[in-house]
Parts: sequence; C-alpha cells; structure tokens
Amino acid sequence: IFKISNMKLILHNMLTSAMIKGVKKGYPLLLRATKVELQPVEFDAGFVVHMLPRLDWSGVTAAVQCLNQPDLLQDPLPELPPTVPDDYANNEDFLRKAHIALMQLDVIEGCLVCPETGREFPIAKGIPNMLINDNEAA
Amino acid sequence: KISICTMASRPESSLPPELYYDDKEAKKYTQNSRIIQIQSEMSERAIELLSLPEDPTIRSSLLVLDVGCGSGISGAALTEAGLNWFGVDISSSMLEIALENEVEGGLARCDIGHGLPFRAGCFDAVVSVSALQWLAYSDRSTANPIRRQRAFFTSLYACMSVGARAVLQFYPADELQLQLLLNSAMSCGFTGGLVTDYPESAKARKHFLVLDTAGTRPMPAAQDEAGGRHSTKQQQPMRKGSKAWIMRKKEQYRRKNPDSKALPSDSKYTGRKRKPRF
Repeated sequence: IFKISNMKLILHNMLTSAMIKGVKKGYPLLLRATKVELQPVEFDAGFVVHMLPRLDWSGVTAAVQCLNQPDLLQDPLPELPPTVPDDYANNEDFLRKAHIALMQLDVIEGCLVCPETGREFPIAKGIPNMLINDNEAA
Repeated sequence: KISICTMASRPESSLPPELYYDDKEAKKYTQNSRIIQIQSEMSERAIELLSLPEDPTIRSSLLVLDVGCGSGISGAALTEAGLNWFGVDISSSMLEIALENEVEGGLARCDIGHGLPFRAGCFDAVVSVSALQWLAYSDRSTANPIRRQRAFFTSLYACMSVGARAVLQFYPADELQLQLLLNSAMSCGFTGGLVTDYPESAKARKHFLVLDTAGTRPMPAAQDEAGGRHSTKQQQPMRKGSKAWIMRKKEQYRRKNPDSKALPSDSKYTGRKRKPRF
C-alpha cells in the first residue's frame, strides 16, 4: 500500500513561504530531504499535461537535483530537460519522466527552506509543517 | 429527577483549533458515525456545488484544495468524486488521523489565517467543510479575526486558477459573524455569495460560501423544505421503517462492519411492503 499523502514534488513545487512578512516570492523552497521513497503511482497523462503550465519547471529540476544525494535513494532519478518541450502535450516520453519526478518521489522526512529568509519548515511523516508565528506573518 | 446535560455549544468559543483538536477530540472523527455522516454529506454537497464537469477524464486532470481537511472525510469524498486534492489543516492530531485513514491527497500543516502557503493559480477548485468559523475567533492578543479573514481570502483568490470556484461550508455563530465572513470574502475580488440549504430550519440550515474568481456564473440553487432540487432527497427526517430508512441503516451497519456477511444483500425486495399478516 503506497502513501499518496506523502509530500511529492508536485506539492513542493506549489508551496511558498510568501505568507512570511517581507518575503517577495518565497519559492522554490530549498529541499533538504533525509528520507525519500520511490512509490508507484498510476500514470495519468491528462493530469500531468493539465498541471505542467502552472508548475515552476526550474523549481522541479532543482528539487530533483536536491534529491540527488548519495544513499538517499536506491533507484535512479529521472533525467529531466532544463525546459518543458513545446510538444509536451503529446510527448509521452517526457510526460512519463515528469510523472516520476512529480508524483513518485515521496519526501518523508526533511525540511523546506525559504530562499529569502532561510526559515525552515520541517517535514515529518510526509507532511510539511508550514506553520509560522503571528509575529512572522505579513 | 432531571439530568442536565452540559455541552460546549461551540468548540470555537473554548480553544483555538490547533489546541481544541487534540488526540482525544480528534478521535471522535474516527469513531463518531454521526459526525462522519454529516461531514460526508456536506462534503458531497460542496462538491456538487462546484459544478465541475462530470467527465471522469476531465476530473482526474484537476487539482482541488481542501481547506481544513482535518481527518480526511472531505478528502475521501473528493477522491470518490474522481478528483485529485491537496489538504491543509492546523491540527497535527487531525492530520495524524488522516494519515491513519490513508487519504489519497497531499497534506500540509498551516494556519490559513496567515494566508495559504501556495503559489498563484495552483487549484482548479476549492472546498472547505466546517472550517471557516474558526477564522471568526481569536484568543491570541496579536491576532485580529478580520485581518486573518482578509489574509485567508486574498491568498485563496491568488492560489485559484482563472475561472475556478471555491465552495466553503461553515457554521457561523450568528448573523453578524456570517456577514463579516461574507464581507471579507467579497472584498477580495470574488464574485458569488452565500447559498443556504434548508434556510427555514435553524437546526438543519447549512451555509455555503460559493466564490468564483472570474466572471459571473449563475449561483447554484439551494435546497429547501419545499422538495428542493432533488426529488429523491428526503427533506423530512426518514420515517422509521421506510425503505430509505432501511437502506440507511444497512449502510451504517456495513460501514461499521465491513467484513460482516450477516446482512442480506440489497434486492428489489428490500423494504418492500409486505401483505398484512395479522
């Protein structure tokens, strides 16, 4: 039984620290993972195609690079092009690689780091904790 | 001899949600079938009000945000409706239960009153069941309910894709709270407004904020006492012994005892009127 609720890179790509006072952009959050698992998830081309335009692709590739640590994952990470190809909607090869990166890499333990303030958001049991204090809020 | 039952009428008046929903309170959301039933029904109604295309291939390409996802009851309804979703909640105890329930959505912990932690245009739709009333209260000296509501609704608008709709069910304590929340929402760029099911009944009425990010879509019709929109939905409490009552009781039993083979299976004879024997 695989846990769909673990933080996947698609969720990571949508998270931001912009609720913190003074933060202008707040993404992509730096990804420091200490426990990652590759989990099978059914490939849905329609979902990947629908999501791609709203993703920050350089953030996706950067996140995959963050996971490229020795001893973090036994399986090889998918190789992603630096930009989304123009024919992405029909490019099944690319869509499948994107699917693996976005949907199958479960970050279970680690933390996310705001790129502007360095503020850390811990990830435990696959759930990122984005809570901030009242005095940090915008 | 009279026994007096005392109960906190509104949880929001006692503690903030991250303290109120401790492990003991959160457990009710696994064990209390009435709570689960009500939350499920409201989740299904909220999804219905989203008015998303029925086509499952379209639905499976969409991403929905569940605000105040709690133990995952509304998430289960979203999954059942063929939708992908991310859920946010402030309570670690409730999210713990969502994990135990093996929900099929991504989860994050946050305080929505500080603004949602999502980039612009992420979500095709948003639902919320019984969460927003928590934004009406604040017992922390630094927090201001109106400011929190504005932070929430502004960030909500921003993280929705163009043309997306949010359906947010909540329990206002009184008319003032209702109006304040409605005003906060409408001042952040949304069109739409309030849909109230069963408005005549103080006990049964359910309030849904239906907020659209673009253009003017027709507001969905509310359900009311005079038969409502669904001829199959019972407005009166189910008469004990009726077929609908029998089916509901069987469903409750099945939910509590998924492995039991004791129940006769449903057929055209279920709940059929028998000839009088006596």
